[in-house]
Amino acid sequence: MTSVPSYTPSTSELLADEAAFKRSLRNRHLRGTLWKRFFQLSLVVAFAALIALFFNVVNAALGYVVEDYAVNPTLLAVDGQLETLSSAELVTYLVEYRENRLPVFIRDYLYPGDPALFTSTPLGQALPGATLPEGTADLTVRDVTTEQMAQILESNATQSTLVALVKEQVVQPVFLATYSMTESLFGYDAIYENWEANYKDLGAILKWYSWVNLDFLTSPASSNPAVAGINVALLGTIWVVFATICIAFPIGVGAAIYLQEYTDLKPGSFGARLSNIIETNIRNLAGVPSIIYGLLGLAVFVRLLVDITGGRTIWSASLTMALLILPVIIINAQEALRAVPSSLREASYGMGATKLQTIRKVVLPSALPGVLTGTILAMSRAVGETAPLIIIGASTFILTAPTGMQSKFTVLPITIYNWTSRPQQEFRDAAAAAIIVLLVILLLLNATAIILRQRARRRLTA
Amino acid sequence: MASPYEAGRETSQPQVSGDGAVVTASQTTQSLTKHARPFEAFVRLLLTICGLISILTTIGIVLVLLSQALTFFNNNQPFTFNLDNVFNGTITLQQALEALLAEIGVVISNVWAFLTGTKWQPQTGEIGFLPLLNATLLTSFWAIVVALPLGLGAAIYLSEYAAAGTRDRLKPVLEILAGIPTVTYGFFALTFMTPILRGVFGTDNVQVYNMLSAGLVMGIMILPTIASMSEDALSAVPRSLREASYGLGATKFETIGKVILPAALSGLTAATLVGISRAIGETMIVALAAGANPLPALTLNPLQPGETITGHIARISGGDLPYGSINYNSLFALGLALFLFTLIINLISQRVSKRFREVYQ
Repeated sequence: MTSVPSYTPSTSELLADEAAFKRSLRNRHLRGTLWKRFFQLSLVVAFAALIALFFNVVNAALGYVVEDYAVNPTLLAVDGQLETLSSAELVTYLVEYRENRLPVFIRDYLYPGDPALFTSTPLGQALPGATLPEGTADLTVRDVTTEQMAQILESNATQSTLVALVKEQVVQPVFLATYSMTESLFGYDAIYENWEANYKDLGAILKWYSWVNLDFLTSPASSNPAVAGINVALLGTIWVVFATICIAFPIGVGAAIYLQEYTDLKPGSFGARLSNIIETNIRNLAGVPSIIYGLLGLAVFVRLLVDITGGRTIWSASLTMALLILPVIIINAQEALRAVPSSLREASYGMGATKLQTIRKVVLPSALPGVLTGTILAMSRAVGETAPLIIIGASTFILTAPTGMQSKFTVLPITIYNWTSRPQQEFRDAAAAAIIVLLVILLLLNATAIILRQRARRRLTA
Repeated sequence: MASPYEAGRETSQPQVSGDGAVVTASQTTQSLTKHARPFEAFVRLLLTICGLISILTTIGIVLVLLSQALTFFNNNQPFTFNLDNVFNGTITLQQALEALLAEIGVVISNVWAFLTGTKWQPQTGEIGFLPLLNATLLTSFWAIVVALPLGLGAAIYLSEYAAAGTRDRLKPVLEILAGIPTVTYGFFALTFMTPILRGVFGTDNVQVYNMLSAGLVMGIMILPTIASMSEDALSAVPRSLREASYGLGATKFETIGKVILPAALSGLTAATLVGISRAIGETMIVALAAGANPLPALTLNPLQPGETITGHIARISGGDLPYGSINYNSLFALGLALFLFTLIINLISQRVSKRFREVYQ
């Protein structure tokens, strides 16, 4: 056993450039670590932006308000709970306090047509399908008595509409001051002192207020932010998105099947070239700014096809939206179809099935989860899209919920846009509340997509 | 033998409906030759039509934009050229052609005025769109200043550094950012970014509506697009290139900077171009936060209000615009410019990314 002499080189024995190498290696690693921190920072910034965005919305939608009334609601109902009143009682208050405005209420909340023509149209024509007091169908609104107008309101307006009306027109709450959530939490003393000094003697009350509440969801728009709600906009969004999907889903999935399944074309043939062109075209369409679709909708659906769509209506909106989300649906559905293993198709052909049978019974069922997920993603795009609807002229201020495809409409994002662009802070707060509702809808949609996908996957593997 | 495939011509049985109805197996003579299936052909035709709708959309966009824009450039008059008049003998062919030439001359000079003029006021005949373009480019520039380094940084971190678990936890952040409606970003720009900017640079220097706020928030909006496309490009770089670089003694960061980024360059370029095109076409953020008047003079200062092409289209079309009015038609001229602009950028991006796909397959 010979022992190997242990040998440790002293620093001086190291090669000069090795020392330099070690130094530079340290620097290289240092530089690497610094850059890694920068890359991490990018994600931190993105995360911070997301938090700031949510915080900013919640901050505006909660907080103290100083509220005052023209008529205290406790005089009208127990504890001021207007919701507990019957339609008849609500109408009595409207007659008592706002008698001369009754025709305007009927026009704004029951009459779907052109406001300018209302006073000259017989009630039977102006309010089709409405229950009218005996003998008033041929009279215009000028010729009926107050009692008859009250009857019309009572029997045709929903109770929640009447509650909103009494609130807006009789109670007339106003917010004399509003505070953000942070101001309310960290500066309560100042808010209280300010209220005592300036508002207490007016009889105004200081209260914690959430802009998102039941009244907000059930009331129509108003020029008074204290009673403005998103009911009509919410219904408009539901109408438009539902109609959009009904139009775009069959077309989009059909196009995807055509592009993905009918590939038995001879290369260079007309059919093959057509598929190629369509494919390129869809990719380019996906990059066209949404506002351009709005211009297309304005010229074609609103103007050219006015006899079918009725102009600036849900028809025009949903057709425009359908064209807009079509590329999204097609691309997603194609991906889902592509993911179906070709062995399944071969097996089906091997059993003697035709192409269509294979697609219907084999390919589509297994691609369904992917197709549905893609459709719901396209749906959430349609829910949030604003610009094209502004271009085709969605109304910003309407009080009647849509009743059909030819109704005028407004949607949630347009209400948000409209309220945000007003200078009053109260409307910005209301816009924040509407944003919360919009984000919740999107959250629900995406959650549905995930659940659907998982359920369908489980069924397929079972 | 109950296969619809073999439902022969000679059988007396009812033919398969194409719906999967089972044919009874009592046929004796069967032909395996291909035969017409009208229902299948019909469905195929329907599906082809579905595919064609996307082409119709494109044609519709181009036709609508071009025809209205041409009317706008023809001093908002419809074109008078009509061969019927020539056949009627009302005017000679020469007169008709001369009139057409004169109109083409008008259109060309107006297009030139559109592209070079520095004042946008169609009612008074000032149709230079440079102020609108200026604001569009300025906001998009600031958006890219935010989104490119951050998006690229996030992509590099996700694809090169993060473990699979971390990646799965971090990616939803970007996905949520991508799913937020743009009107929400507009609200954010106006009520969060603008007050911060005014606090930093002083309320005298920063207007309530300013292009910087809109641009920065737009940067956050396109960040997920750039990040996810860049991440795809980075993860498409083959592992062997990384291994070779490590084998030569390069550190992780050197590998990223000298090997992976150059290899993914075309994909990264494509991502950036798509981001730019989205920024140029974005409407709601600029409509809410950037201002509601065309720039009075060309500028590079983002702290003042300025109206972009999209913002202008959104504002003008907000009311009940009379059809055929000069403002109505001007929307389509602006739309055409916007469409061509984004189309060219998207086409370049597709060309670039196709090249990158070809290299590593």
